[in-house]
Amino acid sequence: MVPGEQQRQESPGWQEYFARQAGATTTPALQAFYAAGVPDEERPIHDIPLMALDLETTGMDPREHAIVSIGMVPFDLRVIRPSAGHYWVVKPPRPLREESIAFHRITHSEVEHAPPIAAILGEVLAALAGHLVVVHYRNIERPFLDAAVMASHGEHCLFPLIDTMALEARWERQGRLQGIKRLLGMQPLSIRLADSRGRYGLPNYSAHHAKVDAMATAELFQAQMARHFRTDTPVSELWF
Amino acid sequence: MEAEIREIRDHMGQYPPFDGLRDELLDDAASAVEIAYFKAGTTISERDQPVEALSYIRSGAVEVYLHNGQLYNRLGEGDIFGQFDLLRNRQVRFPVQAIEDTLLYLIPKSVFDRLCAADDNFADFVELSGSRLKSTVEQSLRDNDMIATRVRRLISRLPVMIEESATVQAAARLMTDNDVSSVLLLKPGNGEDSDRAFSDAEGRQWLLTGMITDKDLRQRIIAEGASGQTPLSIISHGNLITIQSDESVNEAMLTMLRNNIQRLPVLHRRRPVGVVHLSDIVRYETNNSVYLVNNIFNRTSVKALARLTPEVRASFVRLVDEGATSRMIGGAMSSVGRSLMRRLVEFAEAELGPPPIPYCIMVHGSLARNDQSIITDQDNAMVLHDSFDAERHGEYFRELARRVSDGLDACGYPYCKGGVMATNDLWRQPLARWKRYFSDWIAKPDPQRLLHSSIFFDLDAVHGEERFVEELQDLIASRAKASPLFLAALARNALGRTPPLGLFRTFVLEKDGRHNNTINIKRRGIAPMNDVIRVHALGVGSRAQNGFERLDDISRAGALPAGQTDKLSYALEYLSMVRMRHQAQEIKNDHEPDNAMQPEHVSDVERHNLKEAFQILSNAQKFLRFRYPSPSR
Repeated sequence: MVPGEQQRQESPGWQEYFARQAGATTTPALQAFYAAGVPDEERPIHDIPLMALDLETTGMDPREHAIVSIGMVPFDLRVIRPSAGHYWVVKPPRPLREESIAFHRITHSEVEHAPPIAAILGEVLAALAGHLVVVHYRNIERPFLDAAVMASHGEHCLFPLIDTMALEARWERQGRLQGIKRLLGMQPLSIRLADSRGRYGLPNYSAHHAKVDAMATAELFQAQMARHFRTDTPVSELWF
Repeated sequence: MEAEIREIRDHMGQYPPFDGLRDELLDDAASAVEIAYFKAGTTISERDQPVEALSYIRSGAVEVYLHNGQLYNRLGEGDIFGQFDLLRNRQVRFPVQAIEDTLLYLIPKSVFDRLCAADDNFADFVELSGSRLKSTVEQSLRDNDMIATRVRRLISRLPVMIEESATVQAAARLMTDNDVSSVLLLKPGNGEDSDRAFSDAEGRQWLLTGMITDKDLRQRIIAEGASGQTPLSIISHGNLITIQSDESVNEAMLTMLRNNIQRLPVLHRRRPVGVVHLSDIVRYETNNSVYLVNNIFNRTSVKALARLTPEVRASFVRLVDEGATSRMIGGAMSSVGRSLMRRLVEFAEAELGPPPIPYCIMVHGSLARNDQSIITDQDNAMVLHDSFDAERHGEYFRELARRVSDGLDACGYPYCKGGVMATNDLWRQPLARWKRYFSDWIAKPDPQRLLHSSIFFDLDAVHGEERFVEELQDLIASRAKASPLFLAALARNALGRTPPLGLFRTFVLEKDGRHNNTINIKRRGIAPMNDVIRVHALGVGSRAQNGFERLDDISRAGALPAGQTDKLSYALEYLSMVRMRHQAQEIKNDHEPDNAMQPEHVSDVERHNLKEAFQILSNAQKFLRFRYPSPSR
């Protein structure tokens, strides 16, 4: 089970969780992160500061694999601000395998000279503070960050997030029509980032760069909101 | 630079005006970009809303509207909007709507201002209408030496001159001493007010009366066995063609081409300051249309003339490639067309014998306007002396007309589909009859009838008694301007062919939002432009036939609001050049040149300029309707 979903079921709400953690933690970076709070769950999405987040990792399992790079782009439903975003290359504890070097287009020397994740966690948390996180596929970013914080400080780091892939699945993978299509043996539509973007007329970007993907995710979320939601939709209908 | 900025920069760098930016400026712009998404059908900006940024379309498409809700423009990937509002009051004047799902890159106004300040081309591009097209046209004029350079630059020495009462031997000695091949002839003046009168450094009055060349001495003295004591005045042939020293080299070349002469006395006001030889110009700029015209007069049969067609085309392509202006090319091609006609007439007269009565071959359309391009119908007519007697002379001129017309067709100037040719009995008439034609057209202007006769209102002489055509030009110039009904009818006809809104992606966007796959640049741009200019020119009593010369007359008469004639002039130049470049390209690709352009072959910059030229034409048509209103019934 994913930590975020567990949290959602066990706790009365994200606001209470953040307030409690802000009081309980002894780590200054986490303390500031939690103190910045999360929006009230009835708040409309259009006036909430958002942060598109993307991690490149060496694999899918936070216990085995490591973060290679982190990209962030702040935005809201009106504009996306790439220049106000952030990007870090991170040195994983174990040397990178050749295939993931090729995959991420990150060079050995880049990784060699990069700081370990522990050294930049403070900056990462400070950048995220006060923003609602938006990702494409929620089972990477939150678990990996949580694992990294746990490894450094012995504490959890959890936060609500919006998953554009899950939103896409709501229309493309569910509903009666989809069931009929599946019965007829039709392939379900891909909800991968690039394919989802194509359905909204969004351009192709060269993938596998954390900040480009973060920017692409922000654009996709704007497009999804424009097509499927009212701008005054309360965040609780969107986040996990 | 970070990867996402590179994504943004790489896209913007492909489209104007960003394609021309220095790297660091482009980086600057890309780094400052903010992004926004708009679903199809949503409003992007509303009237009077503040404008904070320049919008660049990364993907999708938008439409821009005028106040009254009329479609103003449709823009796609790589286009920008909001620049006019940014430059003005920073409020939206023209509302914008997404017609497809659209992703915009927003360039903040502070960065926009910086780009305008740092890069003149960028500033030109985004500046309010006119500037981009204007600067494009002006740039090509600046780049063209033939137009920029004045003919006085080609003069290397003062003219050698002699009194016409002197003997040919004295002239030959003077020419030998000075090592020149021509000498100007003078006679003492008596203070008469002639174009040819001038006073020399000592204050003596002179009249310039002619020029004698080596060839004259050879042909008219030695070959005839005449005496060396013959006075020069006897062999001088008057009718001296000259040019002003501040005219362009191009004008000098055209003057020589038009008159098939090789030497041109250059005057400063009325004083001779030198003689320019054709070889001076050829040395200055290799231009083969000069040789071409010479070549035409050396051919001895229609067949031999027809074989020149590939050379005519090659010369046209070369002029386009060398960056000549439409005016230069149109002038050169018209000289070629006129020379061909003259040569054909010479052939015909040689076989049919000398004409029984004086006559003039008259041309209409592009040849009359001196703006001929590479493919063009023949439009000609014949004006006969009023002593014309059908019984005695009819057959001669019918046959002459047939030969000229057939010859032109053989040389690549196909028969006129509308039958405007001297072979048509209607258009081979005595001068008095022609005067009646024009008087009737002007006095009883039926728009339907005018539609067919408006072609005759561009007219010029090509061969024979030029004064016949001049009389017709005079009649038109004096009557037309005093006939509001005629001008109104002509104006109404000038609105019949309208330009499209612009080109969008791979199609032509019409004002009502429909699409077409090709655009006939002549029918939708150049011809209606000429129609508009003709009405104004006749309205101010101009005798000029060429579009640019007419615009000069219109401007001098103050018939259009300030700046309008300039706009029309560079729009005409641009449209003509687009057409000529298109035709040159087709010739290079071994296609038969035509006027049908495919929007996908039009570059982004050209698209932008075309849009502006169409806009200028459209506004000019609107103004015409207002300036020469049709009478209410």
